[in-house]
Amino acid sequence: MTKNGKLKFEIDGKPCFAEKGQTLIDAAKDNGVFIPSLCHVEGVKAAGSCRICNVKVNGRNMTACTTPVEEGMVIDNDIPEINELRKTIVEVLFVSGNHFCPSCEKSGNCELQALGYLYQMLVPRFPYEFPIKGVDASADHIFHDRNRCIMCKRCIRTVTKDGKNVFAFNGRGGEHLHVVMDEELASQLTEAEAMEAMEICPVGAILKKEQGYIVPIGLRKFDKLPIGSDIENK
Amino acid sequence: MDILLDIQEIYHHIPDEAIGIIADQLGLSKVDVEQTISFYHFFSLEPVGKYAIYLNDSAVANMYGRDDVAKAFEKELGISFNHVTEDGLIGIWDTADIGMNDQEPAALINGEVFTNLDPSKVKTIVSGIKKGKEIKDLLSTKVEDNIQQEGAVLFSEYEVGLGLKNALALTPEQVVEEVKNSNVRGRGGAGFPAGMKWDFCRKSGGDEVYLVCNADEGEPGTFKERVILTTLPKLLFEGMSIAAYALNVKQGIIYLRYEYRYMKANLEKVLQEMRDTNLLGNDIGGKSGFDFDIRIQLGAGAYVCGEESGLLESMEGKRGEPRNRPPFPVQKGYLDKPTVVNNVETLCCVAKVLINGSDWFNEMGTKESAGTKLLSISGDCEKPGVYEVEWGLTISEMLDMVGASSVQAVQVGGPSGTCIDPSQFNKKIAFEELATGGSMIVIGQERDLLKDFVLNFMEFFIEESCGSCGPCRSLTVTLRNKLLRILEGDGTQNDIDELLSWAGVGKAANRCGLGQTSARPIISTIENFRGLYEDLVKTDAQYLSAFNMEEAVSESCEVVGRVPNIKSH
Repeated sequence: MTKNGKLKFEIDGKPCFAEKGQTLIDAAKDNGVFIPSLCHVEGVKAAGSCRICNVKVNGRNMTACTTPVEEGMVIDNDIPEINELRKTIVEVLFVSGNHFCPSCEKSGNCELQALGYLYQMLVPRFPYEFPIKGVDASADHIFHDRNRCIMCKRCIRTVTKDGKNVFAFNGRGGEHLHVVMDEELASQLTEAEAMEAMEICPVGAILKKEQGYIVPIGLRKFDKLPIGSDIENK
Repeated sequence: MDILLDIQEIYHHIPDEAIGIIADQLGLSKVDVEQTISFYHFFSLEPVGKYAIYLNDSAVANMYGRDDVAKAFEKELGISFNHVTEDGLIGIWDTADIGMNDQEPAALINGEVFTNLDPSKVKTIVSGIKKGKEIKDLLSTKVEDNIQQEGAVLFSEYEVGLGLKNALALTPEQVVEEVKNSNVRGRGGAGFPAGMKWDFCRKSGGDEVYLVCNADEGEPGTFKERVILTTLPKLLFEGMSIAAYALNVKQGIIYLRYEYRYMKANLEKVLQEMRDTNLLGNDIGGKSGFDFDIRIQLGAGAYVCGEESGLLESMEGKRGEPRNRPPFPVQKGYLDKPTVVNNVETLCCVAKVLINGSDWFNEMGTKESAGTKLLSISGDCEKPGVYEVEWGLTISEMLDMVGASSVQAVQVGGPSGTCIDPSQFNKKIAFEELATGGSMIVIGQERDLLKDFVLNFMEFFIEESCGSCGPCRSLTVTLRNKLLRILEGDGTQNDIDELLSWAGVGKAANRCGLGQTSARPIISTIENFRGLYEDLVKTDAQYLSAFNMEEAVSESCEVVGRVPNIKSH
């Protein structure tokens, strides 16, 4: 323990400091190191579902969002093996859904797409599954497209109405699992709440109706710099 | 869970109205309640039939004629599987391994088990149902124990209560030490040292500690818990009482897989006997203040609930999705309290260690695997059943023991284990060599290893994955599809190499044991039986598109009413 009671650890050889109890992913961000993730929401208990924040902790694969920092930890983050693993997972997500970037309202603001660019994915190495997934447009202000859902559970963990979950899983396994929206609760969501839900979703699965392509190309989140630049260039 | 179990039993499904009531009463949204219902195989939103017949489709069931039995059901009822008859009387459903591999084909009908089925028995069952017979009277069948070999630990002489008596003469810390000294390792598959787990739990502190006995036994080919629960329940309960004393536990829970529901009544009866003889309840064994009791929690059909943290989630009434670690159950487990989850056989070993001593236990087995192991052996052998052997037995010796000859392969440790070829039969059954929770499937020369086993195992993992983690959920589907292409003769050498390299992602990327071992069937067979894959590759080409134009346009042609004119293009 050093310096104001903070924990000392290192990422790719760079000395870093963390508060006691902080997770690796949050501590890394504070130290200007970007560890990518699709399911992590700051301040919300980690899901550990996307598996993209995988790093080597003292030689062992662990997810950075679920691992609290310990004094002396040696983390490997930006190494070929880990980056290749992350690229593979991104590709798995692309082929298991129907992600048509050219026509998607989230294009340019989409974290999955941004990671695809970051890892220079030209085309996934896996065959496309072309699953048949539905769409739920029953509510007034919010629209749910399951073709784009990557099952990160951000919506399940954060979107509530009167303390109840608006979103939930349904089914189990590789072929019968999807996220569903509670019709009754979804229809009660206000425009502002729909907007919040849309912004928490990393991809274009949850959209606010009558929003469309509001932000022009060139002004979208990831148009100028790769995802994570805001953390690395502090 | 219990609410849903009761409703499912009465109504043969969970009606929408019930979901609304549950949601209101528990302050949850309807989709939240449905997400738990839809996770478990034995809960359903649609009626499953007044008589719901679940016929398991494990690899071993298929070896023993499951297909003929299934066809017989379909013929007798005039419906196909996963449907209900029009009058709602009978439903026939697929289900995963139900723990009866030594007496297949086996089925569950409204919780009762029917073994050694054949087409004529199917006729008897169906006609009995139509006559309105009680489930128990449909067929005179019973679940055999098939204990083929008794060993020195579990099936040896047993004086009920002696282990607990010896434990109470020590301090709790001394009991933990004794268990550590015995080197008992978890016998559910993971092999974690029990004493170490107990130690960590004690170090967590807190005065609300839970003990859970994992009786989920879901790994296909494993049926030894079944036999312990039927023939040695007191040994298990005594083991739990000893653990409760060592860990300061007041409440013990046995998580019993739904498929073993048929034994619950007898278990409750034996628990009462234990209470009546002061081995359970208040002031146990005369030790004032040592209060401990056990309740039974039923599962509802999910292999992943055999994973200790998935099990805890299920006990809390949620989807059985494994948790992120840290924290570990011994730190934060059931209801966030320190919890020790131990396998049935492990707890039984503990009881015997407290009777005969840790030195006695260490004299048996190998350097890293002390004691004995119950093996549940099935497949192409003369004497399938449960065998208690010392760790260190070789596969060859095992095959002689069960009467197996002309063996193509042995699946060690179920689908999540390893498939070995004859060149490896001299290896020992031990944690340090060939580890297993007990499952052993003998595969004869004439079997189609890839189609009847590897494919079956991949389908199993796809179905049983909780779906939380992307790689586990989706990559197994990708691997299965590629395997299918190879099986259909559309594979290339490149495909085999890709299968192997893609399969390696799971181990690094996934959160729990299911995801980490879901690609094992493919990895271990490519490593040990590569020739079988290569035999199916008919071309030297690097890439085969396997694209069939006629097939691809057939649906749209049907819709527009056209005949495809492909040849002229």
